[in-house]
Amino acid sequence: MSRTRRSLVPYALLAPGMLWLAIFFAIPLYYMAEISLKEGTLETGYQLTWHFQTYVDAIKNYDSQLMRSFQYAGLATLISLAIAFPLAYAIAFRGGRYKTALLLMVILPFFTTYLVRTLSWQTILDDSGLVVDALKAVGLLADDGRLLATTNAVVAGITYNFLPFMILPVYAALERIDPRMLEAAYDLYAKRRDVITRVVVPAAAPGIVAGVLLTFIPAAGDFVNAELLGTPQQSMIGTVIQSRYLEITDYPTAAALSFILMLIILVLVLVYARFVGTESLTGAEEAR
Amino acid sequence: MEAVALRVGRRALNGALNFYAGLALLYLLVPLAIILLFSFNDTRSRFNFIWNGFTLRHWEDPFAFPDLTDALVVSIQIGLLTTLIATALGTLMALALVRYQFRGRAPTNLFIFIPLATPEVVLGASLLSLFISIGFARGFVSILIAHVMFSVSFVVVTVRSRLIGFDRSIEEAAQDLGATGLQTFFRVTLPLIAPAVLAAALLTFALSLDDFVITNFNAGSTVTYPLYIWGAARVSIPPQVNVLAAMIFLFTLAMMLLTVWQQRRAEQLAQIRPEPEG
Repeated sequence: MSRTRRSLVPYALLAPGMLWLAIFFAIPLYYMAEISLKEGTLETGYQLTWHFQTYVDAIKNYDSQLMRSFQYAGLATLISLAIAFPLAYAIAFRGGRYKTALLLMVILPFFTTYLVRTLSWQTILDDSGLVVDALKAVGLLADDGRLLATTNAVVAGITYNFLPFMILPVYAALERIDPRMLEAAYDLYAKRRDVITRVVVPAAAPGIVAGVLLTFIPAAGDFVNAELLGTPQQSMIGTVIQSRYLEITDYPTAAALSFILMLIILVLVLVYARFVGTESLTGAEEAR
Repeated sequence: MEAVALRVGRRALNGALNFYAGLALLYLLVPLAIILLFSFNDTRSRFNFIWNGFTLRHWEDPFAFPDLTDALVVSIQIGLLTTLIATALGTLMALALVRYQFRGRAPTNLFIFIPLATPEVVLGASLLSLFISIGFARGFVSILIAHVMFSVSFVVVTVRSRLIGFDRSIEEAAQDLGATGLQTFFRVTLPLIAPAVLAAALLTFALSLDDFVITNFNAGSTVTYPLYIWGAARVSIPPQVNVLAAMIFLFTLAMMLLTVWQQRRAEQLAQIRPEPEG
């Protein structure tokens, strides 16, 4: 094969997939930007008037949903990390020959449909369910108290649904630590706390970074948990985008809100990246 | 004395860690047990939230609701087509990214990563914007387009991670023995990376079958399995939803175990090397 033809091979391999992503991911963003600057209704049609006011109004009208989305997502991410780190640590260093089986348990929830999983939480938290009864019996919940249709239920649901996205990358990072390094640290009379903070956590950092992003981003855009486990008081920005687009056909507002959501996430990711470095974000460093 | 106290403290800490990890696993698995359990619930109302006693009648008649069955069939069709297209496109891209040094590799990696870092609502809403703007009818085809779009990046990431650190000497040997590029690819490379491709295909099928948010934006009047459940959640949820969910669960589990087993075998085979002579 000639040199020039060979140098074209990677582009040929990339072309079909890149074309698909360009047409159905990149170009749609352009059309969404255009729609967000239009005015009109479905009946009268939409005209492009460069109406930036839509963005201002969208933020003004839906600031509480925006705030709530990032609060819930942040909370769910922190709880996920608190659950995932010890679990991943236990699997990586105490799993022994059950490692594969334990990991399989972690991804088992993905084997059922997202919506069915969330509906299962409806069953668990139901007003006449076992959990509510038990909590009332020990006095942790008032007699007229509920679990369903509360903020706690929504955050618990979000945490549950995205938890494996936190566990897997943290585990993958911990897996790479040589257990002999921990032994060496202990042999040198390092305290357990120091081993964790100086050896384990730094080594796990890339996994934690990936896990935080993989949990936070989908959580911020989620509306299924808010809809199925909460009330309109818990509605998130995803709820608004979805209903503006599909039920009310207020396309410009929905499009503007999508961009606002994307922009806030982008800013947060960039700020976060400044602290941890961009290489670990895209996973591109492995390819070197 | 001190050493004993330290050892006891360590053991207690280990116990606490194992207990905590056990609780975390329980949190992950209890909802699955509930799904399975409530597929046997002798329901009295339109909803399936309260336990009324054991029955097998839903399992005896899993396809009692034609709308639900039709929706599942549509989902499986879309899932299979998505898997075929996305796995092919993504595997080729992963090969290009791992095997070749070329101008624009870093931005390409970034471009493939961005859809993974975009919330589903945004992916769904923007694709719908395209379809509305160019007047493309929503239905089976638009769902398929959407599913391939969000799956491709997952395939690239999965296959890429397995290709790294992959021994190329066998391919070089094939080419030294006169195999053409294509022959080498189909006879040597593809069988070797088959486990990674299979894992990516499985992931794609699961993602496609599961997707609600993006599909909801681009489905038109076509109903997939998750869309059926979304609609039913407000009106009435037949226990057959749980039965089918349990069936999908068991099927995916079986496929997964098969892949793990196959991968182990492939790894064992890869370790077999001719003994150096002498």
